[in-house]
Amino acid sequence: MSRAYIEFRNVFFRYSEDQPWVLKDVSFRIFSDQWVAIIGHNGSGKSTIAKLINGLLTPEKGEIIVDGLPVNEDTIWEIRRKVGMVFQNPDNQFVGTTVRDDVAFGLENRGVERREMIRRIDESLKAVAMADYRLQEPHRLSGGQKQRVAIAGVLAISPQVIILDEATAMLDPKGRKEIMDTVNELRTQERISLVTITHDLNEITQADQVIVMNQGEVYLEATPREVFLEETLLQTIGLDVPFVAKLANELNKDGNIISKQPLNQEELLEELWTYHSIK
Amino acid sequence: MNNGILIGQYVPSDSFIHRLDPRTKIMTIFFFVIFVFFANSTLSYAWLTLFALTVTFATKIRFIFILKGLTPVWFLIVFTFLLHLFVTKEGTVLIEAFALKIYSGAIIQGVAISFRFFLLILVTSLLTLTTTPIEITDAIESLLHPLKKIKFPVHELALMMSISLRFIPTLMQETEKISKAQASRGVDFRTGPLKDRIQAVVPLLVPLFVSAFKRAEELAMAMEARGYQGGEGRTKLRELKMETIDIISLITFAVVILVLFFLRT
Repeated sequence: MSRAYIEFRNVFFRYSEDQPWVLKDVSFRIFSDQWVAIIGHNGSGKSTIAKLINGLLTPEKGEIIVDGLPVNEDTIWEIRRKVGMVFQNPDNQFVGTTVRDDVAFGLENRGVERREMIRRIDESLKAVAMADYRLQEPHRLSGGQKQRVAIAGVLAISPQVIILDEATAMLDPKGRKEIMDTVNELRTQERISLVTITHDLNEITQADQVIVMNQGEVYLEATPREVFLEETLLQTIGLDVPFVAKLANELNKDGNIISKQPLNQEELLEELWTYHSIK
Repeated sequence: MNNGILIGQYVPSDSFIHRLDPRTKIMTIFFFVIFVFFANSTLSYAWLTLFALTVTFATKIRFIFILKGLTPVWFLIVFTFLLHLFVTKEGTVLIEAFALKIYSGAIIQGVAISFRFFLLILVTSLLTLTTTPIEITDAIESLLHPLKKIKFPVHELALMMSISLRFIPTLMQETEKISKAQASRGVDFRTGPLKDRIQAVVPLLVPLFVSAFKRAEELAMAMEARGYQGGEGRTKLRELKMETIDIISLITFAVVILVLFFLRT
């Protein structure tokens, strides 16, 4: 049984006293080695959750616990060592003048010895397939490549959890696929938990657990399959389910054709061509 | 796209000048700039010129290319010459036309000063031609290190410089994007009187500044998320190493300076 790695206990947050709550009484648990997707419309508070986890913001009420440590002034550096974060804009998180220097940034901050640093840079750049670009300057890279470098920078500090805060939102479809492939690859190779924050329901299919946020509250907590069943519910909060899920739901309106909610086209196809054989 | 941008004007090559430790180069140039002012005889000028040209030749960069790079400062050099020509009143009068008198001392003085100026610019431009901006930043951080004792923020200064270097191309791309966006809305950057053209820059600068501030904010957050806590206890990936060639170069330079003092009158 895996243990709760990140836990939110009745967390309230707002940017200032005279502003409305961004998060209202949010509680949830993320277990280690899990992939949790947090989805929600703009302003649903999903990005705020990410910033609360590694102490970039502090809650007004409630408690956040990461790996057994409550997040506060004294523990944030310890927690930032365990929690790696990739942000939305590929340009605004690239610190180094070259790919190699950027991956080194997190290691330099932690005082890692130089030889160890070089080894880890090589390793993490290989993991995201960017080893050939070691000496490239950031403005010569595509958005997807820059985000892969950002992931490498996070990997280099060997965190226990990686948060992707809408890391694919500013990318074209190709870049988006690159990032999702990279993340999938990492999931199979390293034992790390993943928290992906997105508004695109196509990106949640491979997650273990999905947290749907709406107006600062946890709206739904379920597996991707269960989430896709709630098509009308999601539409009321402005989220659109993928085409495959829509089709399956539509088919089920005329009797129970699909027994298991499909996550992708293959699963839908499987359901359809075995329909008669089951009966 | 802006793929052709050279930050500074670094020209890659495999010369030994390129491979020298950037600290060696900065120190040499620093002292050269000081000692140029000690030259006072034709012979001492010739000696410094010989040194400057030898170094230039050793960089393996085409001389024509370097001279072209100096185009913007030719005007200054000529201006310096003319200024001395008309202002200095020493020696015998050579030419007298209208109210102007040109003295023999003025010509000597004008040539000497503008030539000194030329040497200074030539040698300092060799630094940026043979050293990447990031190497210069590292060298400055290393050379200013002793100032840490008096609480001078050396690390912060170096980080600021390297982040600016990293964002120059990004902001250039952004400027291009904004100027196209504004041009499509009818802003005219290229024609009309100077006053109008200066005013046309405002709709370019405002969005650029807004976005630069936004970038800075996000970058600060990303840096914090990656564990940045200031210079204390930080290690560095890029390393500067003084090699034998650096020592030899510094000794050679010291000899050059010594000889200069013998050639003075």
